[in-house]
Amino acid sequence: MRERRHPLVLSVDAIACDGHGVCAELLPEWIRLDDWGYPIVNPAAVPPELLDRARWAVSNCPALALSFRPAPSAIAAAAASAQRPFSGLASRTP
Amino acid sequence: MTPAATSLPGTSMERRRRQPGRLVDEAAASLEPGPARLFADLPAVGEWRSLAHHRSLYGMPPAPGLRRNARLIELVGRAGLRGRGGGGFPTARKLQAVADGPGRRVVVANATEGEPASRKDELLATRQPHLVLDGALLAAHAVAAEEVIVCVDRRHRAAAAALQRALAERTEQEAASCDVRIALTPPRYVAGEETALVQWLNGGPAKPTTAPPRPSERGVGRRPTLVQNVETLAHLTQIAAFGDAWFRRLGTAEEPGTALFTVTSDAGSTVLEAALGTPGGAVLGSAGALSGRMPRAVLVGGYFGTWVPADDLARSPLSRAGLAPVGASPGAGILVVLPEAACGLLETARILRWYAGESAGQCGPCAFGLPALAATAAELASGGARPDDVARLRCWAGDIEGRGACRHPDGAVRLLRSSLRVFADDVEAHLAGRPCEGSHRPTLSVPAPSKEWR
Repeated sequence: MRERRHPLVLSVDAIACDGHGVCAELLPEWIRLDDWGYPIVNPAAVPPELLDRARWAVSNCPALALSFRPAPSAIAAAAASAQRPFSGLASRTP
Repeated sequence: MTPAATSLPGTSMERRRRQPGRLVDEAAASLEPGPARLFADLPAVGEWRSLAHHRSLYGMPPAPGLRRNARLIELVGRAGLRGRGGGGFPTARKLQAVADGPGRRVVVANATEGEPASRKDELLATRQPHLVLDGALLAAHAVAAEEVIVCVDRRHRAAAAALQRALAERTEQEAASCDVRIALTPPRYVAGEETALVQWLNGGPAKPTTAPPRPSERGVGRRPTLVQNVETLAHLTQIAAFGDAWFRRLGTAEEPGTALFTVTSDAGSTVLEAALGTPGGAVLGSAGALSGRMPRAVLVGGYFGTWVPADDLARSPLSRAGLAPVGASPGAGILVVLPEAACGLLETARILRWYAGESAGQCGPCAFGLPALAATAAELASGGARPDDVARLRCWAGDIEGRGACRHPDGAVRLLRSSLRVFADDVEAHLAGRPCEGSHRPTLSVPAPSKEWR
């Protein structure tokens, strides 16, 4: 098994993206194209079973516009755990 | 240099004696300016408020140096000042983010005011340039910036001339405390967006860039850069002079202070100052916009704003919290009353056309989506649309939202959605082949896009 990872989301650099549509072809479960051919990405964390193909889509974007970002929930969790020693709210729900 | 010989009503002599470096001192915070604030003792049109007179009211701001001033940032935080350029972000947090950056920093005073229905920054810069410049210098002092750049839309010649004259007065009468210059920006709406402004100042086109990095991390000359609206900076001058408790005496607890509002109606265009939280009806009334029948709708927040039924707006406090229930936000303090004879759907379509023309054309959903929205909205306005066109507009709105590098397309989407909500009866009538009378009569002033990006 792989080492445990933070959840990741896919992110499009809207300026770099030229609407080639490769990503939607490689990962149709997660990316669809709008009426003008530009990708609309599911904002949720990429599920583990799609991660390999998501990596494939990222590395095949002709414009280098698709990338992984830590999921906002992961950022919030990291911030919360960093604050915990000072917050005195150990019982706070994650 | 001699202090101004005349003292204006409501000003006290003590204010003349404030010492350099003492502006953030709590003890100096009990002085009382007039009832209006930024517009207190506003010089008449064509009258010049001399530097000596200005200094007699506000003293001398501390010179920006190598060290940040955490106390000044704390003071701004206690005052609860939020940005007046539209975003409403807490100013102290923005100052802190830039102050935390490495090396010498840059302050950009933003008077680009690309929003077609806003006049307040132009008016403030023209009539109170020293108030703006002191605010920029105080911000530079707070974050330890070595350079201040005041950005003005090159069409706003009077504002640029006033700022230039104010700078010249300072060069002549005072030792230079910081490198201050004026930059004349291209006449584009998105040029005032902070990443666009930074890219332009760095020699590129005035188009937004992908963030992060935000300008606070890497801005002008790759240095941490504070981009702050000029009205916000003018408030900063007054907070430094009169204190946070004074600032909080007007406005709401969450959104303290006053704000400048540009009101456009059949009575013309007026800029006035009001405490945040003042009911919309009071501000419209003061601007003479309620003299006739109650208007139908008001565009709140300008072209980057939301249609709100006029009676809802009249009851709502003009603040972020007060306007949230009606789906709006004060933005940069803009109220545009829909003229009685006008068609809300036609005016929306015209503003969407403007949005499409002002797109930087960098992001697909904006470059292609906005012209599609504008064309379909125009068909709806002219009575040539079918019900599935309205469904398509809603679907596109959902697809476009949040997919630009900047929020330009989001503004178009929000405007469109509010028009379908507020003018729902008109939508039905237009679809039934009964467009309103005003649908052949363009009414609001919508500027033609410029071609320049440098």
